[in-house]
Amino acid sequence: MTPPHCPIATRGFGFRVLGFFLAILLLVTAPARADEVTIWHAYRDAEAQALDTVVHAFELRTGHHVTMLAVPFDAYSAKLAAAIPNGNGPDLFIEAHERLGTYVRDGLLDAVPAALDEGFDASARRALLQGTTLYGLPLAAKSLALFVDRSVVKGPIDSLDDLPRPGTSSTYTLVYENESSYAFAPFVHGAGSDFLAADESFGFVGPAAAQALRDVALLVREGRVPAEASGALVSQLFREHKAAAMISGPWALGDLPHDSDVEVMPLPPLHRGGRPLRPFVTVEALFFSAHRGAKASTVALARAIAFDEGAVVRARDGHQVVPRSSLSARPELAQLASLQAFQRAAKEAIGMPSSVRMRATWEPIGAALKATLRGDLTPENAVAMAERRFRDVTRPQAPPASTAPWFLALGLLSLTGAILTYRRARAEAWGLALKRSLPAYLWVTHAAVILLLLVGGPLIVGAATSLFAGTRSAPTFVGFANYVSILTARGGELLGLGSFWRTLLVTLLWTAVNVALHVTIGVALGLVLSRPLMRLKTVYRVLLVLPWAVPSYVSALAWKGMFHRQFGAINALLTYLGGEPVAWFARFSTAFAANVATNVWLGFPFFMVVTLGAITGLPQEVLEAASIDGATRWQRFRYVIAPLLLPALLPSVILGTVWTFNMFNVVFLVSGGEPDGATDILVSEAYRWAFTRDAQVGYGAAYAVLVFLLLVAGTRALDAFGKKAES
Amino acid sequence: MKALESFAAHAVAIVATMFALYPLLWVLGLAISPAGMASEPALWPLPDSPSLANAKAVVSGNPHFWTQLANSLIVSGATATVAIFLALPAAYALARFRFFGAQPGLRAMLWTQMFPGVASAVPLYVILDKLGLLDSRSGLVLVYATTAIPFALLQLKGAFEGIPIELEEAAWVDGASRVRTFLTIVIPAARPAIAVTFLFAFMSAWNEFILAATLLSRESAFTLPVVLQRVVGEHAAHWGVFAAGALIVSVPVVALFYVAQRSLVSGLTAGSVKG
Repeated sequence: MTPPHCPIATRGFGFRVLGFFLAILLLVTAPARADEVTIWHAYRDAEAQALDTVVHAFELRTGHHVTMLAVPFDAYSAKLAAAIPNGNGPDLFIEAHERLGTYVRDGLLDAVPAALDEGFDASARRALLQGTTLYGLPLAAKSLALFVDRSVVKGPIDSLDDLPRPGTSSTYTLVYENESSYAFAPFVHGAGSDFLAADESFGFVGPAAAQALRDVALLVREGRVPAEASGALVSQLFREHKAAAMISGPWALGDLPHDSDVEVMPLPPLHRGGRPLRPFVTVEALFFSAHRGAKASTVALARAIAFDEGAVVRARDGHQVVPRSSLSARPELAQLASLQAFQRAAKEAIGMPSSVRMRATWEPIGAALKATLRGDLTPENAVAMAERRFRDVTRPQAPPASTAPWFLALGLLSLTGAILTYRRARAEAWGLALKRSLPAYLWVTHAAVILLLLVGGPLIVGAATSLFAGTRSAPTFVGFANYVSILTARGGELLGLGSFWRTLLVTLLWTAVNVALHVTIGVALGLVLSRPLMRLKTVYRVLLVLPWAVPSYVSALAWKGMFHRQFGAINALLTYLGGEPVAWFARFSTAFAANVATNVWLGFPFFMVVTLGAITGLPQEVLEAASIDGATRWQRFRYVIAPLLLPALLPSVILGTVWTFNMFNVVFLVSGGEPDGATDILVSEAYRWAFTRDAQVGYGAAYAVLVFLLLVAGTRALDAFGKKAES
Repeated sequence: MKALESFAAHAVAIVATMFALYPLLWVLGLAISPAGMASEPALWPLPDSPSLANAKAVVSGNPHFWTQLANSLIVSGATATVAIFLALPAAYALARFRFFGAQPGLRAMLWTQMFPGVASAVPLYVILDKLGLLDSRSGLVLVYATTAIPFALLQLKGAFEGIPIELEEAAWVDGASRVRTFLTIVIPAARPAIAVTFLFAFMSAWNEFILAATLLSRESAFTLPVVLQRVVGEHAAHWGVFAAGALIVSVPVVALFYVAQRSLVSGLTAGSVKG
């Protein structure tokens, strides 16, 4: 233990710290400024620069001041949904029309001022209508098209069959993100099926849907298309001439080298004479936030960005396909052949429905696609599974429950509580105890108040959300309906895929395996590195702590890359050792193992450091006595070190258990729940319900409350176990 | 025998170090290859012709880089400082006083760590809005600090319990007040634990981006991880730039770890070893 310092020096220490604290408080308080027009977007690179150019020109010309903000895509819609209802949103924001239905339902949008509704292509404009009201000015149409490497492929291309066979002039015929349901859409339409039927019912049904699955599975089986191709890999394989053609969108134009001989064309049919592969087109639009009032300057800025003047710049510099027919004659755009091709592709594409139900189709169809590509399900069974899942997600909302019994119960509870407190107060001389506690309260009040306000408040509100269904703007009180539905697996099999109970089992297994490995590896390394005469001890310690210091969102992605079936390092190692490459994310066992490997890597340094600390704290005499008594190494560990170490490690083990139980990042970034949500744990399931499955916030919150209750019960049991072990 | 043992120990340490470093080498490889990720299966992660183009894109491709770096440092430093200042007296009271509500309070504190944050972001936003702390670094610091307090409290309480009370009693006899002994005896004795708590709070604030992106609405107020996340777009991402940015972002944390190395070992378990 550190000896007490001499008072004069330590007083200095206290004052220094206090001064530092005050200085920092002053530093962080920066005044906010009121600006004229604000606009938010999630653009980057060329598109962001083009928008910058347009906005700067506007500022110079009009003298208005514009504040622009680029928000990370991952946080964008959450930010909009939080800011706009409170009046803190931007005046304008740019977003794909896909969420239009949700935004209008939640009251985030104002209609477009009538004066601005002129000169936009009818199809793009139609995508932004809700009823007869126009929400948003179409800025750009985004759809997939075929990029053909003309240094490899000569001759005309009337169907995908006209592309060279694999291995003739390039390794692959075609690359595209073959596991994404967005890139699968053209094949669905080409086979005559659909995502959502005209009457809003699930469209991905019947033999046509199965045919689409069969088509894309065949492309991979014949070696024409590489498996598990992510966005970055797609453009890279194409750039390196390893694939003769690529299916991608206008965003890929900026990535191509300037001298490349690439032709862009609308997607041809799969086979000669077949139906064309029509992709979905999304329309990016400029939206007017609700609660801001359309100021003259806002309208002027919207005009400057969306109309011809801004559109030319966005098309030329930002590679945007601008839906204004008045522009196609402009000489500066007429020579941009690839842009013209995208314009044609967008015209032939199918407008993506912006309804809430459309957003519920992605996950089921994606699951069917992946199950087929893995060979787990026949196309027919995969189609049936997708429909089942869609029905599960879009099941009718629970009927509203009466709040009266709840208020009654709440009243009774508080009354009982009050009576109990009163009786206890009298019996235990409560007033005296309270009086004696007063000095302590001086020390804790500030922390307690701030915790109650900023941690307790949101938690309680969050937990209360679990009693509601529907959207944030129009919640319906449903009582325990969410819980009942979760605990009964929504009427499906109790241990079926995606049911609460199965996910719970996976979570328990996940926690147990991880914590066991964390502790074993951490303790082993702690013991090795605490050997008194070990050389390079400090070097090892610093290097071994690195996994902890690097942000986990990037190291998890590195691990995912290492587990890639075709290009990952782990399979390269397996092949090098004479083994067979493994499709890691195709099976529960291997995908789970990949997650565990990543999480063990992230977590063992913490336990190593804790062990090192605990060992330094062990009484030396006992250890020496044990070695003098002639105990073997194992005996010394088993009977002397371990019993002393265990209680010291227990608090960290409990904390580690809680962290692992809720370790969202690794599961979400590495396996992403693959295969088929089998490796999802409870938190990632809660997240999916709250954010990706049509924002069923109440349902997600009910999951969160269940996780909370489980952890409270679990840690109390662990604690009791610890107390027993100690005594 | 001794030589064999030492050999085995080094073997274990070397294998573990390789396990720890290999994935980081992939991040590094991605960061210094101009072309992006490997499209050939490979065991060795570093490219033949390294380039600093990605790192340059992170630093000079962003006119606000230095402001945002400063923001990150200020916000994380302030978070750690505020969290410690709020937690220190409370932890002391929990360690030294017996008072009404201490046990339930402590338990509730642990419980807050168990509730997934899925549903609490919007209420938090509303509260900060009402307090007028939206879109300010102070608001962000307050939010981060409160999330760091539970862990800080548990850590510091443990550390204070490990300090013999006799040290304080001697000073009280000499006429020192409770506050004075707290400042001059207890806090200095708990320095390693304070350092660890600081490091933890600093790190969690340093890497966070979802809340920062939601609560802040000015480019010049953003922290670095928010800007870093922007290279991951809806349709495609620049993984090379992302990796380079992540490595640049982790430099200060690694430096802190290095500096705090000694405290880390003694501070993390200060309270739990009562032997």
